[in-house]
Amino acid sequence: MTAPILIFGWGNPSRGDDALGPLFVEHFAALAARHPEWGEVECLTDFQLQVEHALDMQGRRRVLFVDASLDAPAPCSLTRVTAARDDSFTTHAMSPQAVLKVYADIEDGEAPPCWLLAIHGERFELGEGLSEAARLSLQASLQVAADWMDCE
Amino acid sequence: MSVELETAISPEKLRRVAIDPVSRVEGHGKVTILLDDDNKVHQVRLHIVEFRGFEKFIQGRPYWEVPVMVQRLCGICPVSHHLAASKALDMMLGVKQLTPTAEKIRRLMHAGQILQSHALHFFHLASPDLLFGFGSDMAQRNIVGVVAAHPEPAKKGVLLRKYGQEVIRMTAGKRVHGTGAIPGGVNKSLAPEERAELLKEIYQIVAWSRDAVGMIRQLFEQNLPEYNAFGRFRSAGMCLVAADGAMDLYHGGLRARDADGKDLFDHFNYGRYWEVIAEEVKPWSYMKFPFFKSLGAEDGSYRVGPLTRVTQCDSIPTPLADREREEFIAFDGGSVTGATLGYHWARMIEMLHAAETIKDLLHDDDIIGHDLMATGQRQERGVGVIEAPRGTLIHHYRVDENDLVIRANLIVSTTHNNQAMNTAVREVAKQYLDGVAITEGLLNHIEIAIRAFDPCLSCATHALGQMPLEVAIVGADGTVLDAATRDQRGLIRDFS
Repeated sequence: MTAPILIFGWGNPSRGDDALGPLFVEHFAALAARHPEWGEVECLTDFQLQVEHALDMQGRRRVLFVDASLDAPAPCSLTRVTAARDDSFTTHAMSPQAVLKVYADIEDGEAPPCWLLAIHGERFELGEGLSEAARLSLQASLQVAADWMDCE
Repeated sequence: MSVELETAISPEKLRRVAIDPVSRVEGHGKVTILLDDDNKVHQVRLHIVEFRGFEKFIQGRPYWEVPVMVQRLCGICPVSHHLAASKALDMMLGVKQLTPTAEKIRRLMHAGQILQSHALHFFHLASPDLLFGFGSDMAQRNIVGVVAAHPEPAKKGVLLRKYGQEVIRMTAGKRVHGTGAIPGGVNKSLAPEERAELLKEIYQIVAWSRDAVGMIRQLFEQNLPEYNAFGRFRSAGMCLVAADGAMDLYHGGLRARDADGKDLFDHFNYGRYWEVIAEEVKPWSYMKFPFFKSLGAEDGSYRVGPLTRVTQCDSIPTPLADREREEFIAFDGGSVTGATLGYHWARMIEMLHAAETIKDLLHDDDIIGHDLMATGQRQERGVGVIEAPRGTLIHHYRVDENDLVIRANLIVSTTHNNQAMNTAVREVAKQYLDGVAITEGLLNHIEIAIRAFDPCLSCATHALGQMPLEVAIVGADGTVLDAATRDQRGLIRDFS
């Protein structure tokens, strides 16, 4: 049985603030365990968003994408995303919008409602740990996600 | 390989076009082209951000952590680093032969990696150029355009990649950061229900992989003169082969041939790779330029990866892929075996081989065995080599008496191909850019030549907003004459 809610974070845990996506998912899974009223939630991570992740959205009611972002205002921003034909088809930086578009085309239907939680990060070098600013952003983003869960 | 167009005689008098970063390749690359007032090309260079920091990242860690940690060097082929590191540390532990279960589980994981990587590259990175044309509308020339115009192959590409990822998940234990391979063996075999799950789809996967070979062959038949001439150059090559000369992507000896196909070395023990390979540094690139010592730095560069592997092996040990190899080599009198775009065809033959390998291994009871580890006498050094999706990957470690890594040296596939990629883009620049006005479509020809090698430029950082494409034309006095920026929303400003 597919969980109706998917939380999908991506990033490289060993590249400084790029770890925000997978770290968020780790913390959120612990948070969700304390909130049975949220129902079943599946938490997934990967190094980066890719075409096959369109298949992870099958059968969901809502999806929350989570990534580190240089451009997002601190601590984070939550925005609704819809399928779009953009130019992010580098394998390196496929956008959530583009993945939704792939879903719509291969499934011949609309993807479930999706949001992007972009957590502000600053440093992304190999071998670096999470910056202090990112650590604070991570805590704030968990509250934003909890509100998102509550207001379904 | 020629170094023509590597360095212009009077660069200060030329204007500069930069493609920065190259799109639809893994990581960050930059191409600079120097043109005179008549748009004649004088210099072309591909600059790649080197894998700096690798050694520092690994040094000082306990050796048993390394196969897991190295997966974080690169978000694109973590399994290749995982397996190469594990093989190096097998040697360091003095393990000369893995248990049958351990070796077959690793081979299964590797085949999953080859399948998913080649599927992604062909269907989602290369096919937009091949299906719509090299200079076609940029708005269409991407995977969404492919899905819209050719939904079936695009969907197969997604499902092939997904299947490969499932093979990796079941053999490595996790979807990402798997721990399946460990020094001396593996820490899990396949559960019978996992095997049954994978068996359900494997025949479809083999059939789709075969279709993909047919698709690229058809594209060559339709565009043979252009494909054969595109970025063509003569080159030496290197790959692993099995003891009988057959293709073996997981283990074997090194085989190198010069541009005329003559053996330079064969079945060479990769544990002494430094006796046959050296690396040259050039002041304009962070990435080193490996070469065969016997030919010297100037003449000794070579290429690795699918095209070399398919053309240099004596056979492929799975029947469908071997038949396709024979047809590839015989096609048009063998002309495609020297074509840069022949990489695509060879890559699909390897994808078929990977699918057949998965099928065969799933029918082998050793993959559900329980004898997972072997032991040996501890050494202080270990070298592991595999044929990663993009080519030969070398991991070399020294470990001290406290089990800490004190030295690490990695030569990755894209570094082996550094000179080859530079030569390919120079050939394309001569063919398509010389003396004509530069357009986005023409610059895409340069990127197509690079993408044929499927370079992995080692940057798993992908935070939103970090991947713009900037092109600037700079006058002889340093003035920016025109500029275009392409970000995730598309091309903002064009050349016209």
